Amino acid sequence: MSNLAISVRDLSKKYGERMAVSHINFDVPLGTVCGFVGPNGSGKTTTMRMLLGLISHTGGNGEVLDASIDEPEKYLSRVGAMIEGPAFYPALTGAENLRVLATLGGFPQERVQTLLNQVGLGDRAKSKYKTYSLGMKQRLGIAAALLPNPKLLMLDEPTNGLDPEGIQEVRALLRQLADNGTTVFVSSHLLSELEIISDYLVMLRKGEVVFAGKIEELLLAQQHVIITKGQNQADLEKLVSIATGLGHTATIRNNEVHVQASADFAATLNRAAFDAGITLAQLSPQVPNLEETFFEMTGDK
Amino acid sequence: MFRVVFAELRKLRRPTLVLGTLGAALFFSALITSFLFLLIDDPGGNGDRGRRIGREVLTLASGSVTGFASVGGLLGLIALCVFAAQTAQEYTYGTLRNLLVRQSGRLRILGGKLIANTIFAIFMVLFSAIISIGLSVALAPGAKVPTDLWFTSDGWSSIIHTVINVFIAVVGFGVIGMALGILLRSPISSISVGVLWILIIENLLGAVKESALRWLPGSQLNTIAEGGSETISYTHAMQVGGAYVIGISIIAAVLFSRRDVAN
Repeated sequence: MSNLAISVRDLSKKYGERMAVSHINFDVPLGTVCGFVGPNGSGKTTTMRMLLGLISHTGGNGEVLDASIDEPEKYLSRVGAMIEGPAFYPALTGAENLRVLATLGGFPQERVQTLLNQVGLGDRAKSKYKTYSLGMKQRLGIAAALLPNPKLLMLDEPTNGLDPEGIQEVRALLRQLADNGTTVFVSSHLLSELEIISDYLVMLRKGEVVFAGKIEELLLAQQHVIITKGQNQADLEKLVSIATGLGHTATIRNNEVHVQASADFAATLNRAAFDAGITLAQLSPQVPNLEETFFEMTGDK
Repeated sequence: MFRVVFAELRKLRRPTLVLGTLGAALFFSALITSFLFLLIDDPGGNGDRGRRIGREVLTLASGSVTGFASVGGLLGLIALCVFAAQTAQEYTYGTLRNLLVRQSGRLRILGGKLIANTIFAIFMVLFSAIISIGLSVALAPGAKVPTDLWFTSDGWSSIIHTVINVFIAVVGFGVIGMALGILLRSPISSISVGVLWILIIENLLGAVKESALRWLPGSQLNTIAEGGSETISYTHAMQVGGAYVIGISIIAAVLFSRRDVAN
């Protein structure tokens, strides 16, 4: 038994002449939270659908919980999933909807109320699904995904429609699940949220993997920047030539000088500016965040 | 498979669906059976398409289910709508992906759905039979139709045979509805196409060339419900109707098991 929850090798999906997913490779270790990011249409949902056996793959292969994705019946009982938003029967109540899935999967009916309480829908369990707000629907979708007490949880945009409090709750829930040994594979557009909760990251662009690995490795590999400016507008050009003279690339953006250098260079720059008679009004080393890195790597501004 | 059946029954037992279906069955059963007895002396006829069904027919041992046999086709249309809606809604609501994540055996899902819908159809047919036979018993004296033979052993045999025939026809219509639901993936489209074909197109084709009715699916299933007709034998209807149902089932099953679930 490997220590991987998901392992994908050369996985591809072609619709006619269009490659929706092209020869992607990545691993998701057990017990981690792995963010799955990419611009719209980059192939995230298609990949998740292939991993769940909902659509066939046209090339390569993959394993989920040590079973081939060609045999989803071998692992789906241990997988919880919410793909492309929640989908339930409008005329049934939230509890009835979960009972249908619990019956189908052979899970204890008692879990239904427990899960509804866990996602904050305990008092609306008997309301029809069609009366739910978007956030409540999303919570019900998460509850449905948790029904099998999954070893692997796959969620596609689980925070869509949630208010800030709800987003925080989902974040805490996912972290708690990972701490208890559940592997969480989650796609989201809220990159700041993913940056907080994820250990690993898989980044797609136009159906291809542009990064797969530990999130800290990705951020450390990015170019650090020091943002500075003088008291006077005229100091900007001088600061650019000082930084360039010290061997760093510098550019003016939005009345600030962006110097590509690590935080250590800040003291040297401060001293050089002082020697040149410039009083700095700002000197702030910036660690690139996931959002900036994402835009840089996917070219999706 | 049993888990799929029970899960489907949870969906089918919602009050609006049950009451709506039984309401429609009640309406058609009461209407057709009432016409049969109340219009018995009407020169315009008291049966399907102006057919005259006299006292000599209603007096027979099969008299109690003559009305019910005529309702069979309409019960079939109700079944077509229910089966089609229950299948196609999985696509429109996007719930099929939930079902397939919880039960990846696609043919098991399809088989379970068919069994659950068939159980639902059994209740509808029995309910309709009780209404129609009960109404026949109530209206017979007023129409001067003797009922002495209705509940003899021959009479009970007729009742059982007719219920089985109507049930076979209803399930046949239901399977066609289910297949349309899979093919068209929309409740409105599948119900529209099914009802349009059965009620309008087949009748038009039959009006243009009567012999065409011997080969059309709706006509065969109606004939099965009635236990055979003057122009189409029961055996012929079973063979041709069965071929249609099996053929469309195979196409639908292959499509359902192989098609990507991309919505």
